[in-house]
This record gives sequence, C-alpha cells and structure tokens, in this order.
Amino acid sequence: MKGLFIISGLGVLAMLAEIFKFKKLLYPLVLIGILAAYVTNFMEWNNNTNIEMFANMMRFDNVALAFSGVILVTAFFWFILANDYFEQDHVTDHFALVLFALVGAIMLTGFSNMTTLFLGIEILSIPMYVLAASRKRDLASNEAGFKYLIMGSFASGFLLFGIALIYGATGSFDLMAIRSFISHSQGDLPAFFYAGVLMVLVAMLFKVSAAPFHFWAPDVYEGSPTVITALMSTIVKTAAFAAFMRLFLVVFGGVNESWSMVLAVVIALSLVVSNITAATQQSVKRMLAYSSISHAAFMLMAILANQRGMASVSAILYYSLAYSVGSIAAFTVLYNVSKAKDNANIEAFNGLGKRHPFMAACMVVAMLSLAGIPITAGFFAKYFIFSVMIGTTFKWLIILAILTSAVGVYYYFKVIIAMYFKEEDGEQEVTMETSHVLLLALTTIFTLALGIVPKYVIEIFS
Amino acid sequence: MLVGLLIIVPLIASLLVFFTKGNTSRTVALGLSVVEFILSLVVLFQFKHNPASADLMLNCPWVESLGIHFAVSVDALSMLMVLLTTFLVPLIILSSFNTSYEKPNSFYGLILLMQMALVGVFTANDGFLFYVFWELALIPIYFICLLWGGENRGRITFKFFVYTLFGSLFMLVGLVYLYNHTGFETGIKSWAVTDLYEAGKSLNLEQQSVVFWCIFLAFGIKMPIFPLHTWQPDTYVNAPTQGTMLLSGIMLKMGTFGLIKWLMPMTPLALAEWGWLAIALSVFGIFYASCIAIVQKDYKRLIAYSSIAHVGLIAAGILSANQQGIQGALMQMLAHGVNVVGLFLIADILMRHTGTREMEKLGGIRNMNGNFAVLFLIVMLGSVALPLTNGFVGEFLLINGVYQYGAWVAAFAGLTVILGAVYMLRSYQAIMLGEKRDSAIAFGSLVSTDKWVLYIICFAIIAFGVYPKPLNDLAEEGTKAILTYIK
Repeated sequence: MKGLFIISGLGVLAMLAEIFKFKKLLYPLVLIGILAAYVTNFMEWNNNTNIEMFANMMRFDNVALAFSGVILVTAFFWFILANDYFEQDHVTDHFALVLFALVGAIMLTGFSNMTTLFLGIEILSIPMYVLAASRKRDLASNEAGFKYLIMGSFASGFLLFGIALIYGATGSFDLMAIRSFISHSQGDLPAFFYAGVLMVLVAMLFKVSAAPFHFWAPDVYEGSPTVITALMSTIVKTAAFAAFMRLFLVVFGGVNESWSMVLAVVIALSLVVSNITAATQQSVKRMLAYSSISHAAFMLMAILANQRGMASVSAILYYSLAYSVGSIAAFTVLYNVSKAKDNANIEAFNGLGKRHPFMAACMVVAMLSLAGIPITAGFFAKYFIFSVMIGTTFKWLIILAILTSAVGVYYYFKVIIAMYFKEEDGEQEVTMETSHVLLLALTTIFTLALGIVPKYVIEIFS
Repeated sequence: MLVGLLIIVPLIASLLVFFTKGNTSRTVALGLSVVEFILSLVVLFQFKHNPASADLMLNCPWVESLGIHFAVSVDALSMLMVLLTTFLVPLIILSSFNTSYEKPNSFYGLILLMQMALVGVFTANDGFLFYVFWELALIPIYFICLLWGGENRGRITFKFFVYTLFGSLFMLVGLVYLYNHTGFETGIKSWAVTDLYEAGKSLNLEQQSVVFWCIFLAFGIKMPIFPLHTWQPDTYVNAPTQGTMLLSGIMLKMGTFGLIKWLMPMTPLALAEWGWLAIALSVFGIFYASCIAIVQKDYKRLIAYSSIAHVGLIAAGILSANQQGIQGALMQMLAHGVNVVGLFLIADILMRHTGTREMEKLGGIRNMNGNFAVLFLIVMLGSVALPLTNGFVGEFLLINGVYQYGAWVAAFAGLTVILGAVYMLRSYQAIMLGEKRDSAIAFGSLVSTDKWVLYIICFAIIAFGVYPKPLNDLAEEGTKAILTYIK
C-alpha cells in the first residue's frame, strides 16, 4: 500500500523536476523509489490488519502485494532497459507518465470497488496512449497512439456500462457486497446482471488483448517505441490480469457458468489466431506482439479453471513473472539489435551468435523460456497452468494449447536459427551498454533460477 | 549420494569445459568423461555388493506442495543404461579428435551437458523430474546439430526439434493425468514412479488407452517407430558425427527405456488391448526400414535406416511384455549402442580419408589397409548379430520373446536378421572389397585415436559376445522387477 504512495510521489516529483531543474537526479531517484516500494511490500506481507484503505475502496492483501511485487520487479528491470528513452526530449514528462501508469497498475492489483477498478484502468491507460505516440515525428507511433486511444476508450465504455448494469442489479460497487449478493441470490439474478458481467468480461479481454479483441495489439506494439512496447506487454498485462483475476475468480466466481464457455471460446480463438499469425511475421516486434496474445490465452486458462482456488492465483502469478522477465530480456536484445540495424526484422538477428555471443546466448534463454522448454521459468509457468486445467471439464483446451505451443516453438526458434545458422553479410558490430549487459545477465539468471527453484513463487500463498 | 554425483559430475564438467580454449577443451572433456565412467563403475560395484545402499538413492523435495521430488536411484535397469552412457561418451569424445570443430569449448560442453541429462533420464524416479531431464536432453543435441551440422541443418534440426517436442508435450499431459489420479487414499498427490504405477492401474481401459497413446507418441518419436520416423534419416545424416553417435547410440535408448519403465507398468490394460497395434507398427518398421536401407547409396544414411530396423525389433520385444522379450531388448539396446557408434565412426573415417560416403565411389580399401578392414568386419558382424558377437545374445532373446507373443510377429521380425545381413554385407563388399578405386588409393593408415576407439569397440563386441553373463544377469534382474509391476 505504501508502495502506491511512493510511486505516486515519484510521479509528482518527476513533474517538479522540470521546474526545479533536477532532471539528472531523477533517474537514480526513480530506481531507488521503486526498490523502496518493493521493500515496503515485503514489510506489509502477512500483515492482516489495516489492509482496507479509503473506506474499503482498496484492499492490499497478500495477493495484491504479490502482484504489485511482480509489477515493481518488472518496472525496475524496465527502467534499466529504457535508460536511453529518458535522455531524449520531454524527459520529465516521460518519467511522470510511466510512473503514473505504474500507479494505475498497482491500483489494479488492490482494488476492492468497481470505481477503483475503473480509476485504475484509466490511470494506467491514459499515460499509455500518450507514451505509445511519444515518438511524435514518427507516423507509425502516432498511428499507434491514436488506435490505442480509440479502441481503449471504446473498451472503457463497455466496462462502464457493465459496471452500471451490475450496480443496477446488486445495488453496490463494492466487490464483497456484489459477491455476497450473488451467493445469496441462488441463481435468481436479473438477466441484465449477466449482460453486465459479459460486458465487463469483454472490456477486460480487450485490455489483455485476447482474440477477437486483439486487433489493436499488433499495430500498437509495432508502432510504439520499442521500450514502450516492452512496458505494454509486461506491466500492463500483469496489472490487467491481476484485475481480471480479482473480478472473475473472486467476485463473479459464483456465476461462472455464465461466462466460462465464452472464455473457453475466446481462449481457443486466441491460441489459434495468435500462434498461426505470429508464425508468419517477419518483424520480431510484431511476432512478440502476437506471442503476447498467446501468453494471455494461457493465463486466461488459469482463470477458467477457477475451482482450484489459490492454485489458479499462484499459477497466474508465476506465469506473469516468468513471462515479464522473459519479455524484458527479449525486448532488451531486440532494442539493441534494431538500434544498430534500424529495423526489427528477423534478418537483423542473422549471425548474432558470432557478432555478440553473450547477447545471443541470453536471447536463447529468453526464447526457450517463452516457448516453455525446461528448465526455464516458462516451462514451469505452462506446467502450472496445465496442472490446474486438467481437473476441469475443458481438457480439450489443453490439447489445443499443446498443438499451438508446437507452432510457438516454430517462431521462437526462427530467431535462434537466424542467430546461429544464418550468415551475416556485412559483419556489423553490435555494441551494448554495460547497464544492458547487466540487465541481460540479471534476467537470464532470474529466468533460470525461477525454473530451478519455482517453489518460492508457487508456494508463496501457502 | 553417489548417484547424485553421477549427475553432478557431467554438469560441472560441462561448465568447466565451457571456460577452456582450443585443444585443451577436448582433453579436459575426455578426462572428465573418463572420470564419470570410473564413477559409474564404482556405482556398479556398490550396486553389486549392496543394492539397498543409501548411496544409490537420492530423494529431496523440489516443489513440495506439488509432490515434485528430486528423486533419483539406481536399479538394475538404470544401471545398464548409465553404464552404456558413461561408456560411450568418452569414446564419442575421443572419436572427434581428428575433426577440428569451431568453438570446441561449446561443442564438448554441450556433449557433457547432454550426458548429464541422459544420466538423469535413466536414473529419475519421479515423473516430473524424468520429464524435465527428457526435455533437457533435447536442447544440447539440438544445438550440436544446428551449430556443427551439414547443409540444410537449420530446416532439418528444426523438424527434429518440433517432432520430439510435440511428442514430449503429449507425454507431459499423460503424466499429469496420471499424477492427478494419485493419492486417492492419502489425499496427497505424488509424482513418485510407484505412485504413478498405482494411479495408472486404478484407471479403466478407456482412460488407460488415452494415457498409453499420449506417452507412446513421445517414445515412438524418440526411437523412432514407423510412421513417426521421418525426422530421423535427415537428422542423422546432417548432424556432425558425434551428434549422430549421441542420437543413435544413447538418445534412441531413452525411448525404449521409457517404454519399459515409464509406460508399460502404468497402463497394463491398455497394453493388453493395444499392444498388437504398437507391435505391428514396430514390426512393419523393421521391414520397411530394411528395404529402404538396401537401396541406399550413402553409407551414413544406410546406417540411419538400419537403426530404425533394429529399434523396431527392440520395441516389439519390449511390447511383447515377457521375460525374454524385455531382457533381450535390454541386451540389444547395449549392443546396438556400441555397434552403431562404431559404424558411424567408420562412416566418418571413410568421409575423412576418401572425401565421400557414396558406396559406388568406394571399393577395394581392404587392399590398402587390412587393419581397418578387420575392425570394420568385426563391427559389421556385431551389427548383423553373428553368434559370439554382442548382437547375437539380444537378438536371439528378442526373437524368442516375440515368438511367445505370436509366431507371425517372429516370422516378420526374423526378417531383420536376413535383411540386415543383406544390406550390411553388401555395403561391406562395396566399400572394402572388389576392384581398387581411386578413392581407395589415397586411403592411407588410420590415425591412432580412431584406431583406439575401434579397438575398444571391437573388444567390447567380442568380449560381451563370448561372455555376456554379467550384463545378462543385470538385464534379467531389471526385467523381473519390471514384470512384477506389469503382471
């Protein structure tokens, strides 16, 4: 909870930095602030008193703390990756926007009221719209921001309408009140309540870019600056899933028969569409965008398997951590490779194994993790999802997930093959800053360590 | 603890080798793999004297809440496979001394990493751990084939990877399904192999059949069994010689070993119901691969197809689920591992000395190098299972085993012996005998490391052909232990 205040404070500080001229100090301050927020998360762990804040609008229980922990860890990594981004123009604006997006993300992990849900989503989304368009002289970046804004507002409209309908049926914005209303009604709920639930579902599916609400994602991902793409595919996703989980596991768990079949179809569609489309991409950035849809589908499977209680929650937690760390590593390599080559096509990776063996090796680990090969974190992430799914009636989804995973291996390995098999014509040197070398080393060790000792994350709630 | 060392030593060795440079890599790798072989002999000694010793078991929790343990142990079955692995890896490393690979530290590091994963697969006693090692073995061999392979290696190694990964994922589903049915009485789910056996037996026929085919798919692709074999010939031919040796000598045995330990005891009902189909596929594979081997022009490709034929017979023997069949399969797995490494080394020597593996362009080498001719002859006879070579014991038991299952199977399976002799003898004749071709004139004498590897292999072929008892006793013991679970 205190973490939320620290990050908000940092955001305000970033805006003041322009006026009081301490721009140079901002970067170390932000890194320290994120670490401090992370430490307060630790101190609040297992503290069961005073977790309800603002007249029960927010509730920072262990689940919220764990997810905001994932967000903060990813944010820390992300700031190391994005150090260049804060050396161009509008430095303080960029800082402030990213920090406010983080505030929104952390709110989404700990909301306990429909209004704070909406606030969180908007606080997260509005800075993201601007950030997507932040390479302001670039047509693609402008298009990305605009597309994201239009589609995002549309989804927010759905969310509001859904919330209104649910409020109409239950008479409350409070999640616990809605939950107890559902359990007391014993199936005797008005039809417009179900409509509300489905509208909220659609809005959330839009935010996590699941098919068929995914059409914005590839264009936005490709047009935005690479570091912002990294931000969108890690922190925004994690936050959206934390919110999704709280809504559909905790609140609407009682009416799961009304949405589970819809969700199953969405997952099946996402798995097929994303993996098959990703396999045909030439641009690595676009490929990662489609692959993020398939990862979203995997995490949705854990929500679908909702009867397993905490097992689903820790599976999603583990998955989002593994996926975020793997993505940050992949984006770091992509950023450094495309900086030298000025395009993000798969050919840019040709011969990287010879040109920069360390970068290539880290990319291999990241790709193996995203593809879900033991003993990386990605494998355990997929395994935990399978193990919660196998107890449900949706076993066919597991088979589909396996088939599409095999397709996934195809496009992740395309990168590996390009790095080690394809020859580079004009031996171009690739250089990397020390901070990025450290970041890659850190994420690689993290990915392997998560795979070797998964119990520290998966048993976190027990 | 000893068994833990068996896994850790190659891991440390591979890390050490990664930090060496140039020719020291291969020396260090060879030295450390010999250390591992000696260690496995120590384990064997321990096993012979005190099979229940705590040194042969290791069981520590990995993810306690999910019942996953790092549980490894050595029994008769895994002892045989560990011995095969630790015996072959030094030979494989030694056989590479005359080829200079780029980045030798990565090459030998990956071989040793592979050894770690293989030993892990053979000793794992926890289903989850087995799966992790199984997949882990795939990564080093993929990179060995990708980085040091021949033309088209990108496409071919990729096909290999996707094929095997696809099968493994189905195996994972099968295993998870079994895992979910464990612990009905205690309420505690477990990945321990004996618990999975229990869980498998508690299923009805329909459920067992699903599990059977899911897991069979993984093993069938790895071996490979017809019609899942299409990745194999290209991969074998394109991989560097040492990669091919690892693939055919040891990795192939992961599949057959898996059938024995990780499939048949879990699904006895499904085995009784579907065994005929699996056997029919295996046996048809023998015939099919042998016929294709006969018309091959490239010697390495010929051996690749002969490997499919041999493994078909091994699989048929295992699936017939009787004492002779499984025991014979174990013996044949050992013999095939040793012989095929010898054959691939011979193919490599031919390539290095004459620049071609095409049998039409070779001929008359015997006149130039009689020593090589004799060594080649011994390995070749071991491969066609002449009595008094190591191949004979296994093949005899195997045919005996499948005969008990059904005479028609034995009749078909017996074709391997005849067809195997046809393509093997013909290839020997084409390469070594006949008129002296241009390629033979430049043949010259063998380098000492090649000679040593072939001496050791020939010694093993004859020694275990004349006196197979020590291995046979182990195989018998291992088979009996498994059969108590199946029956």
